Amino acid sequence: MKNFWIKLLPLLWFAQTSWACVGDCGNSHWAILDPRGPIAAAEKHLILTAFALMLIVVIPVIVMTFAFAWRYRASNTAANYAPKWDNSHGVEAVVWLVPAVIVLILSTLVWRSTHDLTPEKPLVSAVKPLTVEVVALDWKWLFIYPEQGVATVNQLVIPVGTPVRFHITSDSVMNSFFIPRLGGQIYAMAGMQTELNLQADSAGTYRGLDTQFSGAGFSGMHFEARATPPEEFQRWVAETRNSRLALDETRLKQLEVPSEDVTPTYFSRVSPQLFESILQKYAPDAGAKIKG
Amino acid sequence: MIPSAVLGKLTLSAIPYHNPIIMGAVGTASLLGLLVMVWVTWMGRWGYLWREWLTSVDHKRIGVMYVILAVIMMLRGFADAIMMRTHQALAEGLSQGYLPPDHYNQVFSAHGTIMIIFVAMPFFIGLMNFVVPLQIGARDVAYPFVNSVSFWMTVASALLLMVSLAVGDFSQAGWSGYPPLSETQFSPGPGVDYWIWGLQLGGVGTLLTGINFFVTILRLRAPGMSLMKMPVFTWTILVTTVLIMLSFPVLTATLALLTLDRYLGMHFFTNDLGGNQMMFTNLFWVWGHPEVYIVILPAFGIFSEVVSTFSRKRLFGYVSMVYATVAIAVLSFGVWLHHFFTMGAGANVNAFFGIATMVIAVPTGVKVFNWLFTMYRGRIEFTTPMLWSLGFIVTFTIGGMTGVLLSVPGADFVLHNSEFLVAHFHNMLIPGALFGYFAGYTFWFPKMFGFRLDEKWGRRAFWSWLAGFYLAFMPLYALGFMGMPRRLVHYDNPIWQPYLLVALLGTFLVAYGIFCQVVQLMVSIRHRDALRDTTGDVWNSHSLEWSTTSPPPFYNFARLPRVEALDAFAHMKEQGLPHRAQAPFAPIHMPRNTGVGVAMGAITFVFGFAMVWHIWWMASASLAAMLAVVVMLANDEDVDYMVSAEEVARLEKGSAPAMAFASAAATPSDLKTQG
Repeated sequence: MKNFWIKLLPLLWFAQTSWACVGDCGNSHWAILDPRGPIAAAEKHLILTAFALMLIVVIPVIVMTFAFAWRYRASNTAANYAPKWDNSHGVEAVVWLVPAVIVLILSTLVWRSTHDLTPEKPLVSAVKPLTVEVVALDWKWLFIYPEQGVATVNQLVIPVGTPVRFHITSDSVMNSFFIPRLGGQIYAMAGMQTELNLQADSAGTYRGLDTQFSGAGFSGMHFEARATPPEEFQRWVAETRNSRLALDETRLKQLEVPSEDVTPTYFSRVSPQLFESILQKYAPDAGAKIKG
Repeated sequence: MIPSAVLGKLTLSAIPYHNPIIMGAVGTASLLGLLVMVWVTWMGRWGYLWREWLTSVDHKRIGVMYVILAVIMMLRGFADAIMMRTHQALAEGLSQGYLPPDHYNQVFSAHGTIMIIFVAMPFFIGLMNFVVPLQIGARDVAYPFVNSVSFWMTVASALLLMVSLAVGDFSQAGWSGYPPLSETQFSPGPGVDYWIWGLQLGGVGTLLTGINFFVTILRLRAPGMSLMKMPVFTWTILVTTVLIMLSFPVLTATLALLTLDRYLGMHFFTNDLGGNQMMFTNLFWVWGHPEVYIVILPAFGIFSEVVSTFSRKRLFGYVSMVYATVAIAVLSFGVWLHHFFTMGAGANVNAFFGIATMVIAVPTGVKVFNWLFTMYRGRIEFTTPMLWSLGFIVTFTIGGMTGVLLSVPGADFVLHNSEFLVAHFHNMLIPGALFGYFAGYTFWFPKMFGFRLDEKWGRRAFWSWLAGFYLAFMPLYALGFMGMPRRLVHYDNPIWQPYLLVALLGTFLVAYGIFCQVVQLMVSIRHRDALRDTTGDVWNSHSLEWSTTSPPPFYNFARLPRVEALDAFAHMKEQGLPHRAQAPFAPIHMPRNTGVGVAMGAITFVFGFAMVWHIWWMASASLAAMLAVVVMLANDEDVDYMVSAEEVARLEKGSAPAMAFASAAATPSDLKTQG
């Protein structure tokens, strides 16, 4: 289906190449247009497809505006003048129907892509997914690796080519968890758990951030997302397990104290059920809703 | 600190005298206010101002005062914009810019609140106040006194917002004030309370205006003017008033719940004890999305009048325009969730709201095409109002495209809360609302004051605004693709900085555009004799407001016009029908001016201020005073008077020269002499 659009619309090709190569080709400045994972790639593709479809209406409108304004300027007495001409069923049909058809096409695209890209949908992969629990704090991100028993602040390390399932909540106000080059964002809200499934296809360090304004330290609430080869990830986990810092209730209390631009910190020995306890602090019956 | 019984939470330390930027702003604003007062005193015009303007219930005077309020608040909101742009252009890497986060966060929260609630709203309400009764051939609105109350309540809430500069601070939770950030736990100061009461009290004024104009349009149309003979501007206002009546109560209720949270420790939207922050977000946008159309639909109406007038043609597809307007209004209530696709509602819900949002693009597109086909086979004159309209069509189309893009949930996931979004909604509201209001202001100015605005400075203003807009917002689209979120007080990315510098340059260009508008007004006043319009129909237009003198007499029409066709006045001119009333005249029933509206505004302000600072005795006293005024009012029977037939005849004789009017439809050569 996706190839169909490309064949149908040479414009898409034009848009795609011209957009992706604004500035430096392959340079990371254009985060959204330079995806490093399947979700981000699909989202970029969606943007360009929708963009190309809309140009079918937008370009004629802009051309017509200039053309009509020039042709029917008052000083051009050679042009037709029909002061009483105020209705045409043909024109009406076209102006209602053409946009309607385009919206219909876009709607099918929306329906399909929204179901494909919905954040809670697990990625299809032969590789066993990694689970990361994410807690938004004032103003830093806490990442808990329940299977590995380690945790970090403001640094997310994930293995390349492995689907990552994020369980996300907040221990403060509403935040939004976003790694532009890996794709989609979702809100983090206290007492509630949202889910996001992403994957990195190439190694690198990508910017992660909060996009939902969260108060005085909002601008300093960003993190590094490091995608590493799987063996390096295993090495990193082993090293982190050697950290002398443990993440327990006392440490969490310290982390809850507002701070910003926090340098990455690593914790071994994470208290079991810490994520669930943060959820239940705000919604005592939240435990029942937590899926594995 | 324990609140005192006398002053609540208010102490001297609430005045930020240690902050030179805020004190500078306070000083400038107070100085300007003082200068105006000194000037009025020096001219000895206080009595005139009080009798003829402040206490007026005349819709035309109230309309002009609304526009003045909007312009003053626009200067404030624009000052905020320049501060933000300058700050963001600086605050990269080691530089922290010049605004600390607590100040910067107030600036963008105030900018949004002011531009929507105290610029866009009063601007179109002012224009509709002036135009609608004239356009439907009425003598005033249905409830002239309520109109005055609405205005003064709006002034009171705008004043409350201005006072937050000097006493305490303004909200740091964004213009949309999402909880839990806006709850006491995270925002303990008076800032959010200023935001709540500013919105709440102004909202009551707006709701009253909505009801007032809904009734006016339905009940006071001139004989013969059926709904489908109404001018398109009046149609858009009718639909807008319905939107106001349906959506503003939602805002009122939502803010009331947040108020209960903050004042009585309840838990509607808190993190814990069963509060649900998602409920606020939903409710806020159930109001907030129709609100967008509330400010845009009137501008659509203005564009329709302007494009038709200056293309020297009837509006193309009138019926289609009406249905498109109604369709937009209906659909506007079914799209609120597109403001938060990223909240995790699930694919079915997101897809539904995404598609519903796209469907709105159809009637909107139809309107754009109908304007284009109005120009088609016309004789287009590029007057300033027409330039604003053309600038709108092109720019708004681009904004519409980015809007449809954002309505695709999968695309929104990466563009939500980014500078792309900021660029998008400015791309809708600046051309879609503000350009329309500027077109309307230029178009109806001669009707308001009897002389045209200077064209040369008007064109300069237009081109500066247009170029400034593109320079200021196109870089933000790019920044969105680079992953820059909105509302950053500081960033560590040198690549973004050049784009922000270009955006700043654009803001300066817009500032020059505003400067041109100020000069335009001064130049036009100075040359008013040369720009004078004695015909009452300066643009050779088609609807009833042009059939009376410029400015119109206080009773608008000596005899109510009879409407026989759409474009009633054009029809009268074509048929050679007399459009000015001839003797014998009949007495005219008019409402009496009253200072009660001003008093109610003052009481509203005191109430809002007392509530912000928890000064309970003052809040109770002002509520009691409000009640007393209402009771007194209910017993006041001296609210109207008759203008005798002789008086009408005398007044009509004074405006005689406007009578001579060519009856035939205008030919192009006629038009040139007018331009």
